[in-house]
Amino acid sequence: MEVKFKKTGSTLIVKMFGELDHHAAGFLRSNIDAKLNRSDINDILFDFQGVNFMDSSGIGMILGRYKIVSLKNGKVLACNLSPRLMRIFEMSGLLTKITVYNSERDALTGA
Amino acid sequence: MNNYMKLEIPSKSQNEAFARVVVAAFAAQADPTIDEISDVKTAVSEAVTNAVIHGYENKTGTIVISATLTGARLEVTIVDYGVGIEDLEQARKPLYTSKPELDRSGMGFTIMENFMDSCDVISEPGKGTTVTMVKTFGRADDTEA
Repeated sequence: MEVKFKKTGSTLIVKMFGELDHHAAGFLRSNIDAKLNRSDINDILFDFQGVNFMDSSGIGMILGRYKIVSLKNGKVLACNLSPRLMRIFEMSGLLTKITVYNSERDALTGA
Repeated sequence: MNNYMKLEIPSKSQNEAFARVVVAAFAAQADPTIDEISDVKTAVSEAVTNAVIHGYENKTGTIVISATLTGARLEVTIVDYGVGIEDLEQARKPLYTSKPELDRSGMGFTIMENFMDSCDVISEPGKGTTVTMVKTFGRADDTEA
């Protein structure tokens, strides 16, 4: 798994590339949490465009970050989900906590 | 087509991707759809990850993955010789996890049950856990999104 970070306003954009499993979740978690500790970030946007596999370890990683930003009244957003990832999001109840957008632009403008 | 495979790996997280790709490549012989292959990959990933995190609690032990193809029917078995599961009924409940501090979602067994036709678990505390999953390719109810 590869990850690229970008910051727009108070939103940390996490662009992921590759397979999001338990092995990758540990790597993502430590990288994201280091950023959350350091800077003035309220919200996280996960961009799944480059993700070609995700299992429940990915769900756990996202829920964990949701718990962290929620403490500061922040939000977690997601965009570019394939139908398969959408099914996993639905199955695990993530959609009640996280708003899903078609694109990064839609997510940032709240469209 | 009748065929079988067996794979033995140490319980390292790097091997989760390896194990699911091996089983997916084996299952590909039965000409499944891309969605069916993804279902198998995801379910195998869940079972192997459970063995790594829960079975061996991140110590190193052996995981044995075997699979048989009988026509379009895939049966895959994931065995660990780790701590076992005390309360299986609880473990299988959606969103239940024994390790919330590790960011576990508690969705592993739910995903295995949803993505495969069946998922049977045998476990004995102190002895280990065996997960057996079956999926028959080309069934209409597998192709719904």
